[in-house]
Formats: sequence, C-alpha cells, structure tokens
Amino acid sequence: MITKETIQHISKLARISLTEQESTQFSEQLSTILKHFEEISELDTSQVLPLVTASEIAFHWREDQVHQEVSPTKLVANAPEKSGKLFKVPPVV
Amino acid sequence: MDLSQFKVVEIANAVKSKKISAVEVTQHFLSRIENLDKKINSFISVNQHAITEAKKIDEVVASGKDPGLLAGVPIAVKDLLCTEGLKTTAASKILANFIPPYDASVVANLKQHGAVVIGKTNLDEFAMGSSNETSAFGNVKNPWNLEYVPGGSSGGSAAALAARLSPAAIGTDTGGSIRQPASFCGVYGIKPTYGRVSRYGIIAYASSLDQAGPMAHSTEDCALLLESFAGRCKHDSTTSAEPVPKWSKNLRDDLSGMRIGLPKEYFAAKIDDDTQKIIDQAIKTVEKRGAKTVEVHLPLVKYAVPIYYLIATSEASSNLARYDGIRYGHRANMQEHKVKTIDELYSISRGEGFGTEVKRRIVLGTYALSSGYYDAYYQKACQVRNLLRAQFLKAFESCDILMSPVTLSPAFKIGSRVKSVLEMYMNDIFTTSTNLTGLPGMSVPGGYSANGLPIGVQITARHFDEQSLFNVSFALEKHLVKEARSPHVI
Repeated sequence: MITKETIQHISKLARISLTEQESTQFSEQLSTILKHFEEISELDTSQVLPLVTASEIAFHWREDQVHQEVSPTKLVANAPEKSGKLFKVPPVV
Repeated sequence: MDLSQFKVVEIANAVKSKKISAVEVTQHFLSRIENLDKKINSFISVNQHAITEAKKIDEVVASGKDPGLLAGVPIAVKDLLCTEGLKTTAASKILANFIPPYDASVVANLKQHGAVVIGKTNLDEFAMGSSNETSAFGNVKNPWNLEYVPGGSSGGSAAALAARLSPAAIGTDTGGSIRQPASFCGVYGIKPTYGRVSRYGIIAYASSLDQAGPMAHSTEDCALLLESFAGRCKHDSTTSAEPVPKWSKNLRDDLSGMRIGLPKEYFAAKIDDDTQKIIDQAIKTVEKRGAKTVEVHLPLVKYAVPIYYLIATSEASSNLARYDGIRYGHRANMQEHKVKTIDELYSISRGEGFGTEVKRRIVLGTYALSSGYYDAYYQKACQVRNLLRAQFLKAFESCDILMSPVTLSPAFKIGSRVKSVLEMYMNDIFTTSTNLTGLPGMSVPGGYSANGLPIGVQITARHFDEQSLFNVSFALEKHLVKEARSPHVI
C-alpha cells in the first residue's frame, strides 16, 4: 500500500507539486497498479543480467570537436527569462 | 482526379512528371483540413508556410533537378517531433509555445526528399496514453465514428490519415502508439526495429523503447516513407549502421516458404468475436499465399505490460526532468506563488504544466527507481526484459513472422475507459513486447467490426527484417478480402 505520505515524498524527489486530490488519487491508483505488477517477482532472475537497451548497440567513436550547429541566440529564444546568451534563474543557494 | 484518394507514390510520381504541382496538392489538403478538422481535432497546428515550401519543390522540378522520393507529398507530423520554426507542443501546456530551433532528423530527411510538412498532429500528452484523451488540446475523434477514440498516442496522425486530411503521417511508438491507432483507424502503420530511425529531435518519452515510423494507406507507401528517413544518424548513437534496403522495390505477395508463428498465449486471451473473425481470415489468407502457420509459445508475454510500465515510466521520469521552466516551456509566476527557491520554481512550474497522466507516470517511475525499490521494480523489470527478448528470439527459430491481433477489441467510446487506469494500461497487452524486444512490428487493416469500426492485424518480424513485414502486409493488402469503405468523416 503506497501511502499519501509516500506519494508526497516521491513528488518532492520528482520536483512536481501535486494537489491534495492528486496525492490521494495517486496513492490509491499506484497501490492497485503495483500490486498487479508484483507478479514479476515470481520469476527467477538470479542469473539474468538486466537488459537496458533494445538492440545490440555498436559504439561509434568520434573526435571530440565542437560543431556549432545552432546559434546561441536561437538556443535561448524559448527561455522565459534570459540575458543575452544566458538563461536567468532564481538563486540556487 | 480526387487527390484525397492518391497514395504517396502516386503524388510523388505526378509531381515529378509535372502532371500536377506540389502547390496544388498542398492546397488541396490544406482546404480539407480547414473544412473537416473541426470535426475530429486531429491537428494542433497547421504549417502556415506549407504553400511557400511546396513552391520550392515545384521550382526544383522545373529546373530538372531530382526533387526526391517524396516530391510534393504533404506529411502530417506527430507533434512530438521538432520542426524548426513550427510550434511543437507534445500536446502539453508545458510546451504550449515552444518553437524548436532545429528539425528532428526524421523531419530533415523527409524535407530533403521533397515532402511538405502540412501540420503537427494531436497526440496523448508526451505520448503517454492509448486513446488520445490526455492531450492538453482536446480529444481526437475517430473519423469512422465520432463517439469513439482513434487510439493513441498517435491518434491525430491516424485520424488525419483516415479522414484523408493528409496522404501520409508520422507517428511514434513506445508501447503500441503507431500500431494501435493504425488498427483503430483502418490505416497501415509500422514501428521499425529499434535503431532503424533516429530519435534526434523527437521529444523523448522512454529512450530504450521510442521509435518513429510512417503511417499511410498502403504497404508500398509505408515502405517508401521509411526508406526516406531510416538509417544511421550522427546525432543518435543508438541508430544502427545496418544498410537501409529498397523495401518498396522488393515487395512480394507470394509467401511460399514463409512460416507464420501464432503465439499461443495471445490467442488464449479474451479476444472479441469481431477481432477473432478477422484474424482467422488473415491466417487463411497467408496460408493461401503459400505460408505455413505454426503455434509458438511465449509464456513470458504475461509480464510484458507490468515490465513495460515499470521501464517506460522510469525512463520517462528521467527524460521529463528537463522540463523545469528555465530554458524553454512554462515557468510559474514567481510573484503570484511567492516562490523563493529554484526548487519551488521547478515544482510549481511542472505541477502547473503537466497533465494528470504525465504526473502519474512520472511519480510511478520515480518510485520504481527510488532507494529501496530500485531492485524489486526497475532492475527486476530489466531482467525480465532480457528473458522476454531471449524467448522471442527462440520463437523466431521456428517461424519468420509472428501474427496476432493488435488489441483485444476495436476502438472504444470516448470517456469509457478513463476511470480505471489499470484497465487502460492493459489495452497494450499485444503491442508492448515488440518495443521491449526492439523487434519491428506493423498493423495492417484487416476488416471491420459488426458496428463498422476498423480492426487491424499485427505482424512482428526479426530485428532488421522489415522486408518480411512489408511482404506479409502486401499479401494481406492484395488478398485479404474486405469491403472498400469510407469513414463517416470524409
């Protein structure tokens, strides 16, 4: 059973503010969902490596050279707050 | 000549041979969108520069230069792929005014081949959904019956195609999001092998599962479209260097020597009568074309939906962390909310910008990755994924193609499944394994239900064997007998 407090803790980790209603709703829904998903624990995976990618990936190397493909001006164009080529943020510390 | 019924191949040939201009073709579909899209809401935005871009194609044709494989073909692009200068929203409030400074590789390739992006299609927010009911820009309606869903998450692409608002569309598929709406809307759609198509410039949902693919009105169209944008991309290191065959030139409907595997566990599920009838007809058709059918066993598919939702949401929780209101997208009003710290700014911006389903999946994924739960959920799911992949590869020792329904039943009524989240997730029972294993999968129109809704047939092939998929699709296209029908909205 995933409690509302757990949901609130998780939402802090994910940096997403949830309403009271959302926290309650998610607590119920995720409890049901994860209870159903728990059946995967019945499989023996003791000798199995986790698969994290869908195909065999051949690593392609390249020279570590900078290629400016999009101008800095274009890259900051969508920022809600900017100063020249820089993004503006509230104080971090 | 009714341009609405023209296939991609026919349009490209007509434009190249100057029988028709790219401008005329583009104008035709723009008019259809203006007149009909209000009924189905399949587009989020229309490209205001489409005619200008079409003119440039006509100039290339006039100059005698090669305009490309898709000369003058209008393409409806899912609003999850970045299009330079054209708003790209992921159907979310958090990106409502985002204008990408570059094209996704898929889009750049389409344009290089002479295609014209006609507009951006509606989808479930951030591709999270299978009914196009989670978009911040309204539901999409199925052109075959406006009370029904078109499927999702590429609901807008499928609906626009079915209503003939565009002759071709691009979708993305993470757990079935091309194949399921293709089936619900009666069109062809393919999710290629993972690594066939670049994910550069595609707003990421789950990076080890996402693939873009073409949707169209024929096998040849899908094959030609995929040829135009498949291949190694220097911006996406998960793309394969595997050469891209000329699939469209090698289609054959003679299936002698081919073995079609029928997964026992899929056929034991509660498939509805209409769907069962169509899949039975499809099986008879491929047998008549020379294929042999054989039962295969895939007992691990019962875990596909759980591991899909654990892996996809975990990856999504990481991918969607970038939406913080700093470099792009919605930023909360700091004065209004009395925001003092950057963390508060992030939380409120994201809380305001994301819809409920997106928040739910981010929370689920964050939980599955969190300390104390990582081993039991995310890691375990990845281990089961390895077992599932091995089981599929074993099945391909005794067959060349897997055939099954796409879903248990055809399209459902809008609003009928939103109450039970788990029930909605179980929609994906036949499609998620394909993404988990990286195999290519396709939905081919098979027929209609008793109440007139399209039902597709799903086929899955070995990694990089899209040719076999196209061949079986071609055989069904030519020989699976079904009535030629038009959707209600046409």
